[in-house]
Amino acid sequence: MSQLRFTKDHEWVRVEGTTATVGITEFAQGQLGDVVFVEVPTKGKALNAGGEAAVVESVKAASEVYAPVSGSVTEGNAALPDAPDTVNKDPQGAGWFFKMTISNPSELDALMDQAAYDKFVADAS
Amino acid sequence: MADPAGADLKTTPLNALHILLGGKMVPFAGYSMPVQYPLGVLKEHLHTRAHAGLFDVSHMGQAELTGDDVIGALESLIPGDLKGLAAGRIRYSTLLTETGGIIDDLMITKPAEPGSEKKLFLIVNAGCKEGDFDHILRRLGSRIKLTRFEDRALLALQGPSAAKVLVRFAAGCDAMAFMSSRVAKFALASGHDVDVRLFRSGYTGEDGYEISIPGDRAEAVANALLAQPEIQPIGLGARDSLRLEAGLCLYGSDIDTTTTPVEANLSWIIGKRRKLEGGFPGANKIIEQINMGAQKMRVGIQPIGKAPARAHTEILDEIGKTIGEITSGGFGPSVNKPVAMGYIQTAFATPGTKVQLMVRGQTLPAEVVALPFAPHRYFKSKS
Repeated sequence: MSQLRFTKDHEWVRVEGTTATVGITEFAQGQLGDVVFVEVPTKGKALNAGGEAAVVESVKAASEVYAPVSGSVTEGNAALPDAPDTVNKDPQGAGWFFKMTISNPSELDALMDQAAYDKFVADAS
Repeated sequence: MADPAGADLKTTPLNALHILLGGKMVPFAGYSMPVQYPLGVLKEHLHTRAHAGLFDVSHMGQAELTGDDVIGALESLIPGDLKGLAAGRIRYSTLLTETGGIIDDLMITKPAEPGSEKKLFLIVNAGCKEGDFDHILRRLGSRIKLTRFEDRALLALQGPSAAKVLVRFAAGCDAMAFMSSRVAKFALASGHDVDVRLFRSGYTGEDGYEISIPGDRAEAVANALLAQPEIQPIGLGARDSLRLEAGLCLYGSDIDTTTTPVEANLSWIIGKRRKLEGGFPGANKIIEQINMGAQKMRVGIQPIGKAPARAHTEILDEIGKTIGEITSGGFGPSVNKPVAMGYIQTAFATPGTKVQLMVRGQTLPAEVVALPFAPHRYFKSKS
């Protein structure tokens, strides 16, 4: 069974056991606009919670995607660099950025669940 | 949704229309302006190049200078030849500091209409307009009268379909030469005519017009144009990517008081007579740079990979020495790759020169290229 968590930087994390899949939220893609460039981390890259993990750029601006928890990258989404608009079309599905191990599961406690994130977005807009 | 633009911002006469159209409003130069509409920056950009787009640029400063020697007076602040400017024509120029730096870039029109022999019409950047008009008054106040048109809107209609759309409302406008201007009647379906001033000019590299309109009629004119099937509303995001592909300067990014027209690769704006006679601010330095070359030059930079290089990205030579800086950069939707421009030491300014860009701590290959990235498609008169 998986659980979905969210960061204040509008990343989503799908947790399955000790691994996580990470992407940016529907709200984040809407704020960014048309994504034209994506850089995903390579397998084995060590990530610290809150550290820079990937890059997403729209016509107007570049943004960082931060690691929601600490761990190491097990796979970057190889399809994204050639089809960056997938992030706009399916941000919480095919537009995932990377998968990673979770080295410190207690870090997940700091993340929001769906209800808390929905409220966070509503308060921000 | 709450207005994220805040309460202290000014609005243009089209503010209600922007909101109705779903414009995403952001603060820009003290105004609440649409950065994009629901179509999005990428499609707005492509639509403008394929058909035509309507831009609200009412935040820009419009003013008229009047005086017996208005031409001579304004020539004392700019390097352009206004004496040689024919009636009804527009000149792109720059207000200059005493050391040849650019205070602002602007469009100067010599109206052709009877009774306007002692007038010039100016359009200046939104973020510079207070300073520009202060500067003009301080320097020329005894010689000219400056009348600001704060109550006028300015629309830009840009793209290959602009002329065939506008001619439905303003007879004969399709024959206007590039960089010409005239007053016209904009015929609304209601039977009412709106008095407008048309400029065949723009900031996208495409054919098109800028239309100065009394503010209280701007929404009617905008709605009439937006009802045409070729036209979409376009926000500031696509305005920026369009001008960048066209190699056109953004004041405050690509040009400012630390850059001269020669360094900015705008030597073409310096009139031949002005080069010989001088008599404009910074003339000694500028003429010396024309003759001897400048230390740095604005050039096009083509990143070789897919990663865009944004403003303030360092430009390095092949052995890693800093030789310049990107001043505008992003993704060019029409050329479908990253595009950038910046200043580089003149020794490296030749197109084809290989350089490197420092992006997020990594060096990426790039090349100096001639501007523009997207070819200009301005109207050419048949005569």
